[in-house]
Amino acid sequence: MLRTFRIGGIHPPENKLSAGKKIVRLAVPKQVIVPLSQHIGAPAQAIVKKGDVVKAGTLIAKPSGFVSANIHSPVSGKINKIDAAIDASGYKRTAIYIDVEGDEWEESIDKSDKLIRECHFSAKEIVDKIAAAGIVGLGGATFPTQIKLTPPPGSKAEILIINAVECEPYLTSDHILMLEKGEEILVGVTLLMKSIDVKKAVIGIENNKPDAIKHLKKLASSFSGIEIMPLKVQYPQGGEKQLIDAVMRKQVKSGALPISAGAVVQNVGTAFAVYEAVQKNKPLFERVVTVTGKKLSNPSNFLTRIGTPIHTLIEEAGGLPENTGKVIGGGPMMGKALISPDVPVTKGSSGVLILTKEESVRKPMQNCIRCAKCVNVCPMGLNPTLLMNATEFKSWEMAEANYIVDCIECGSCSFTCPSNRPLLDHIRMGKGKVMGIIRARKA
Amino acid sequence: MENKLIISPSPHIHSGDSVSKNMYGVLIALLPALLVSLYYFGLGALIVTLVSVLSCVLFEFLIQKFLIKQPQTIYDGSAVLTGLLLAFNLPSNLPIWIILIGALAAIGIGKMSFGGLGNNIFNPALVGRVFLLISFPAQMTTWPVPGTIPMDYVDGQTGATILSLLNEGATELPSYTDMLLGNMGGSLGEVSAIALLLGFAFLLVRKIISWHIPVSIILTTFVFTGIMHLVNPAEYVNPIIHILSGGLLLGAIFMATDYVTSPMSKSGMLVFGIGIGLLTSVIRLFGAYPEGMSFAILIMNALTPLINMYFKPKHFGGK
Amino acid sequence: MILIAIISLGGIGAAGAALLYATSKKFEVYEDPRISEVQDALPAANCGGCGFPGCAGFAAACVKADSLDSLNCPVGGASVMEKVATILGKETSKADPTVAVVRCNGNCDARPQINLYDGATNCAIASALYGGETGCSFGCLGMGDCEVSCDFDAIHINPVTKLPEVIEDKCTSCGACVKACPKNIIELRKRGPKSRRIFVSCVNQDKGGVARKACSNACIGCSKCEKECAFDAIKIENNLAYIDPVKCRLCRKCVVVCPTLAIHELNFPPRKEKEAEPVAKAKLQPEVAASITAATPEN
Repeated sequence: MLRTFRIGGIHPPENKLSAGKKIVRLAVPKQVIVPLSQHIGAPAQAIVKKGDVVKAGTLIAKPSGFVSANIHSPVSGKINKIDAAIDASGYKRTAIYIDVEGDEWEESIDKSDKLIRECHFSAKEIVDKIAAAGIVGLGGATFPTQIKLTPPPGSKAEILIINAVECEPYLTSDHILMLEKGEEILVGVTLLMKSIDVKKAVIGIENNKPDAIKHLKKLASSFSGIEIMPLKVQYPQGGEKQLIDAVMRKQVKSGALPISAGAVVQNVGTAFAVYEAVQKNKPLFERVVTVTGKKLSNPSNFLTRIGTPIHTLIEEAGGLPENTGKVIGGGPMMGKALISPDVPVTKGSSGVLILTKEESVRKPMQNCIRCAKCVNVCPMGLNPTLLMNATEFKSWEMAEANYIVDCIECGSCSFTCPSNRPLLDHIRMGKGKVMGIIRARKA
Repeated sequence: MENKLIISPSPHIHSGDSVSKNMYGVLIALLPALLVSLYYFGLGALIVTLVSVLSCVLFEFLIQKFLIKQPQTIYDGSAVLTGLLLAFNLPSNLPIWIILIGALAAIGIGKMSFGGLGNNIFNPALVGRVFLLISFPAQMTTWPVPGTIPMDYVDGQTGATILSLLNEGATELPSYTDMLLGNMGGSLGEVSAIALLLGFAFLLVRKIISWHIPVSIILTTFVFTGIMHLVNPAEYVNPIIHILSGGLLLGAIFMATDYVTSPMSKSGMLVFGIGIGLLTSVIRLFGAYPEGMSFAILIMNALTPLINMYFKPKHFGGK
Repeated sequence: MILIAIISLGGIGAAGAALLYATSKKFEVYEDPRISEVQDALPAANCGGCGFPGCAGFAAACVKADSLDSLNCPVGGASVMEKVATILGKETSKADPTVAVVRCNGNCDARPQINLYDGATNCAIASALYGGETGCSFGCLGMGDCEVSCDFDAIHINPVTKLPEVIEDKCTSCGACVKACPKNIIELRKRGPKSRRIFVSCVNQDKGGVARKACSNACIGCSKCEKECAFDAIKIENNLAYIDPVKCRLCRKCVVVCPTLAIHELNFPPRKEKEAEPVAKAKLQPEVAASITAATPEN
């Protein structure tokens, strides 16, 4: 019996169209747009100005707060301007435009493909290198990694959980990364284990990726303390709390951090980035992005520089199909619909999904028939229809009393609702309001 | 400007489930019971079913069109379902004009007066049935004797149901085989246990309902009437007869599980089911009415908001 | 028999009465009688526009406060506050009556739509998601959160322009729409003599060119109005002009000079014949039209 999380969950059609497609390295574009806000928390602060010459890997923006991250130039060239650009958030925010000239990397970066297993760095040095490389959670949450690796005083991690479930339909970037860079990932996991001083790591993989499970199991035999755990396919298993429940059979309390269960969770892509940062001195400036869609002629997995406009990826994958309704940054369940395909790839872009007009348009909303299907699928054990009503009637106390802030915005409720009610639309807004109220109360 | 991108919050895909899919699923699950009733009650069953379904749809259409001026919802299947369930709760020799009154009560009072599907407190079909039961007790409690596709309607031979026989203290009862197949007096849809259980299996497989409500109702009734049977076998009959007779299975599987009027959490569903089981047993054993299912369900319908308030779904990482 | 019944029932009644009296005395909460008096004078709209939870809360605050300067019932206005002041024997400051104004004039013709929104019809949700269906990420989303929030039926989305319009006679300036609007477009401004007002009907803080491209009616921060104003009432900040309602003398000169017609005047008598067609309008209209075509993205 394969493990999975124990409350709720759905199984949307997987549609992994680009599964097994080799990673293709994309040519460097003519111009990149590097947003300063690519992570959760305070935007980074630009330390370059117009006309500056940079190489790939040059630090171009520094953190401006505790929760913030370094940003490095993904290309070599000249800073064109620092100006507002529409990014995946749907708003104009500050970004650095770089005109590309050649492709020169910082000398400190080891560009060879040679695997380096040995590591002589201390835990502190590893965390510092990760922070310097600007690594953030690459699963999409983009939380700065070094903060997660520094548990608050008094708590101690016992286990490292690597999130390789890739539960979002369509996306395959983590899958192909495991197949092609398995050993590097395992070295990265070892480094992460060392950085938080744990002896055990579990890599959770959904069993719709049997080749990845087999491949990593074979490789893991030569690493100590790394276990590969196949998990039953269920969305949203990639949610931090859900994954901890699936792997450890422990439920993190409402409002508590994963560390309270003794777990630190990192994405498999992050583990690879950690390997590159620590062993190869390579800051995070490129990543694997799945470009997919049923009407797309050539769904692919691309290795692309941060800042590349998404339309260049789409062209490489066969061009924007006619009848395109939505271009989504991320997967179909939690991704963001993009205003235009000119939006750049950022650290958190795991995929680009193109839906047709028919797939995009929502069906008209009907009355709630209280079928409780949303209640059954909610992985946090909430009552989505109640929370939606509370939000609509601005009854924030009721929303708070029913744990609206625990919502992980996975979208299972809206996905399931037979009446096509936009449950998550309202709950997300209500959650924001209630969190604001709670913050104001504490202040 | 042909290619404007569409923007909406996530999620961007939908399961494809819909209200009408669920309603038609329940209708399919009711088909076996319908066929059985057509076999045993023939023409009468056909007339009652047709009149009830058509009049429910018509009343919903008229009310939405002329009274509350809402967009039409007659295609979502809920009015058809209400009509069919109402017919299943009526004797097959009921005159057409009474059926029409029942349908009006079900749709007009039970459903549309609250604002249509999703807002009603009580199961509309049961509102219709109880309305008729109180208004026309004589017609509602004379049941035709089952035959083999009989072609008579209101003038057929009549008899009593097991429960009314029990209430009067009779001892001659149909065999278990007859009860399972449906060869006994009673309302249209409630007679055949096998047909109803087939529908139950279909609903479970298609995940339209969960097992919690029906199973808790049946078990509670079984346990309660079983205890009474053990205490005094002369006065109270075997619990299996209680399960197989009257509207218990029909009510437990198809009426109590109505989405709108039943609780949302699993624990709430169990409480709801146990409540119905207890009330049904109490009414059947000690009450003046031979059948208690419809009253039990309506009473628990009224308590559903309260149950929803106290029995919340299991919260992740909860206390 | 009858006697027993009378005695027992009477006894129960008397005991109950005694109990009720005792509890009501024990748990009695003293309330200043003036509070209910003040409350009677208030309009009982319970809109919360004063910043207190309902009229009762406001009444209690009035009774408690030393001076009524900071307290104002926006619905009742000066007349009601005077009544309250007489009841309490306190002085009231004369707050100028205010009214809601919508500071966006990006109607469908002015702001070309660049994408389609298909989420829940709610401005707050849409605004959390992205900037809006047009190139202007500051302007009105047109989904009517303000209309829903209004208890007085005073603000409605015009179906043609998709912009909210205030019915000034009904507006009590309670501020509910101001709070409801996620884009902060609605402002409470001084009602002005004879309800005459001049304001900049735009909140776009983009640079001139960008703003103009997104919306032909946008304030482009050109500062022509600032130069024209003789009373120092207009300030440009973040590429956006703002007219101080206190300093503004309603001379209407700025309205004429605005190249994008972003400055609106309300409730003024029509201009004289030669002024009726402002020079700026005639001269700049083709240019505006051209900028709309230029702003239309190719796809």
